Amino acid sequence: MSADSEAGQKLEREQWAERLYALEPGSQPRRPSRNPLPWLFNTHHRIIGIQYLLLSLVAVAAGTILSLVMRIHLVWPGVALPFFGQVKPEDYLALVTMHGTLMVFFVLTTAPLSGFANLVLPEQIGARRMALPTMNALSFWLTVLALAVLLAAFLVPGGAPISGWTSYPPLSAVPSAGPGQGLGMDMWLLSIAIFCIASWIGSVNILATIVGERCEGMALNRMPLTAWSWLVASLLVLISFSVLLAALLLLFFDRHLGTSFFLPMGDFVAGHIRSHGDGSPLLWLHLFWFFGHPEVYIAVLPGMGITSSLLANFSRRPVLGLPMMSATTVLIGLLGLVVWGHHMFVSGMNPYAGTAFALTTMAIAVPSSAKVLSWLGTLSGGGLRLTTPMLFAIGFVSLFIAGGLTGPILAQPALDTYLHNTYFVVAHFHLIMAMAGAFSIFAGVYYWFPLMTGRLMNESLGKLHFWLTLIAAYGTFFPMHFAGLAGEPRHYSQLAGTTPALQALLPLQKHITYFAFVLAAAQFLFLANLIWSALRGNRASKNPWQATTMEWASMLEDSPEIFTSTLRLPASQSKRKVYRGPYEYGLRSDGSDFIMQCHPNAKPE
Amino acid sequence: MPATFTRSTQVEPERRDTGIGGKPPVDRRPTGGGGEGDNWENRQPGRRGPRELLNRYRLAIGFALAGDMMFFVALVSAFYVRQAAGHIDGANNYISDWHPMSLPPILWLNTAVLVLSSLTVEIGRRQLFREIDVMEEWFGLGKPTVRRATPWLIATAVLGALFVAGQWLAWQQLYSQGFFYSTNPNSNFFYMITGTHAFHLLLGLFAVAFALVSLRMLKRIEYRQIAVDCTAWYWHTMGAFWLFLFGLLAFAQ
Repeated sequence: MSADSEAGQKLEREQWAERLYALEPGSQPRRPSRNPLPWLFNTHHRIIGIQYLLLSLVAVAAGTILSLVMRIHLVWPGVALPFFGQVKPEDYLALVTMHGTLMVFFVLTTAPLSGFANLVLPEQIGARRMALPTMNALSFWLTVLALAVLLAAFLVPGGAPISGWTSYPPLSAVPSAGPGQGLGMDMWLLSIAIFCIASWIGSVNILATIVGERCEGMALNRMPLTAWSWLVASLLVLISFSVLLAALLLLFFDRHLGTSFFLPMGDFVAGHIRSHGDGSPLLWLHLFWFFGHPEVYIAVLPGMGITSSLLANFSRRPVLGLPMMSATTVLIGLLGLVVWGHHMFVSGMNPYAGTAFALTTMAIAVPSSAKVLSWLGTLSGGGLRLTTPMLFAIGFVSLFIAGGLTGPILAQPALDTYLHNTYFVVAHFHLIMAMAGAFSIFAGVYYWFPLMTGRLMNESLGKLHFWLTLIAAYGTFFPMHFAGLAGEPRHYSQLAGTTPALQALLPLQKHITYFAFVLAAAQFLFLANLIWSALRGNRASKNPWQATTMEWASMLEDSPEIFTSTLRLPASQSKRKVYRGPYEYGLRSDGSDFIMQCHPNAKPE
Repeated sequence: MPATFTRSTQVEPERRDTGIGGKPPVDRRPTGGGGEGDNWENRQPGRRGPRELLNRYRLAIGFALAGDMMFFVALVSAFYVRQAAGHIDGANNYISDWHPMSLPPILWLNTAVLVLSSLTVEIGRRQLFREIDVMEEWFGLGKPTVRRATPWLIATAVLGALFVAGQWLAWQQLYSQGFFYSTNPNSNFFYMITGTHAFHLLLGLFAVAFALVSLRMLKRIEYRQIAVDCTAWYWHTMGAFWLFLFGLLAFAQ
């Protein structure tokens, strides 16, 4: 009886595949060919997700090398480095600029939002594909183009731009202000403009998918928190990147068409008066940070979603306060749009405006604390499964708290006046955005690796990677608080030859550099694990983490060939149906301790 | 034992899902009055219905245009900030370099042309959703929607081209009066706002051309509806943006 039914289902599936791939009846399904072209120009969301992750792997490697060069130059200014030679002060500024741009745009925006959302979002909400697959592929290739243009800035005459990832005018608006401010800066503008358009297309796609493509029963209150965070982050992309695009346009006009949007009256650069208009650099700051602050949340919100999901999974408990968690995701996104002024306390902004921005900034601590409470509440009670993804998720919580606690401090205009241009701020945003963001990316990669390759990543290597990374991350970025409190300014290319007070910080900075090397070296473990596990790793069982969310459902229901090629569209997804909330963990009377969202044979809720 | 065959799962006829469903894509809305009761939680959000694909593209174009609006909002806020900027000279006089300028009157004509084009594109769009015509095409009895919509779309393209040409004339007139791009912050903004809007309108003209081609080329009425519908919404939005931007340029400088 059951054999009959299985045979019947198998037959149906074959017929379905025939229809899907437009095969002649009875012919063999096409084997995956060795030609890489169809793989590259694919519109399948999961492949695009992997492509995004690989892109950010390239960008993070480049950005890390740049940061190591900076660390070496800061403490051993006399050392000549291979490929870089003797680092001049302007080279140091170029390194700062390119490091920041690569990391913020091409790693922290690309991997958590575009990468992971393409990898699992459609399956998580029961859609068969993204709403606009072709636009999705277009968005990815535009991102590649943007990265290529940015890296090409190293090769143009004058070298890479030197005005920081924030590109503050008036110096960024004057092409002759420095060696990289000519063609290099134009390359930067072009690259970021392309990136804006690419992200814009990508987030339109994510929004249309989440709003319009959810399967039957997938009401908003049943959406996993990852989907919520991608929803909010995509909205932020839509709102903020458009503003950045307009600002880039204005800056381009200031540079090449003689306008003065950002150039103040009588601006005197490199021996010439550059402006006869009444432009204001503050206008750029407002436009830029209206983009720049939501950008921080674009980078970290997906990490929060991933962390919530993983903590629930590996502690086998539902997320504590699930409706509150989705509400705080939205609230953080909304508040993130009205706090941009806290980047400008020392820029000559009206002090009353500063007070308003201080209040909104401190208000963000409320939903953030609610999130931390939920994470800790989910963790409390023990019985944790300390797998590698779980460790990275806990590491995210730790870094989020450590980096977040300095947020309300920097939100005070009075304190920020002293701390703003010091290493204190470097410590703050590297802990909360860079390291917390990186930990959530690691958690996601370790967790969803079976979906990409059908294999699990090596646990021992993964745990070693985690502990080394955690210790080195704190070792690198935590002492920067003390350097900042002691008054060491950021963006200075060397400490030798400055005041004795700053030179006294050299030993501290040397220790930071050592830890930075450990941090970078630990990533070779990750790289080795990635390659080895993709080729030789343990085969993943179906639903290896016993998760409730539906990205694993395709592995459960399909034929074993899904493991050789997880990238093929599973047949059964077109009629996915959802019966319950996203995190139904906890022991049940039938002995299981989880129940999938799409599992029908149980009473709902 | 007699072979009893009981299916454990419900079998539905599977087919390649184009997202369209089997019903004709007519513009008939479900009856009002909440026939489904309070079953909203289990309702299908992505409906396998006649207009699913259309709704998907409408959603996408709506989000894209919302993002685009933020682009113009940024330009407008820069306009106000730049207008309020000034400096205090040696004699303690407050000096602003913002000089108002009189707009070429042809802009009013252009505005009227653009409003008219919005009207034509809307009429053209509605031709694609007349139930009786859609049913006729659905059964393959002819292409009445193509016949009816084409003249309206051509009229839209002509009016849109007229608008862009009119903008070009306005720039020429300002040039002849000595207002160049970098003459004055006010003229900066005038050229930039009209220029970026004209660029968007050129994209809109491409979209109308694409819609005209797709009326001929696309095999399915659903796809033709999408092409024309999305073009129309884009066009309307550009019209609304222009009214807003022109109001700013005419009354707020």
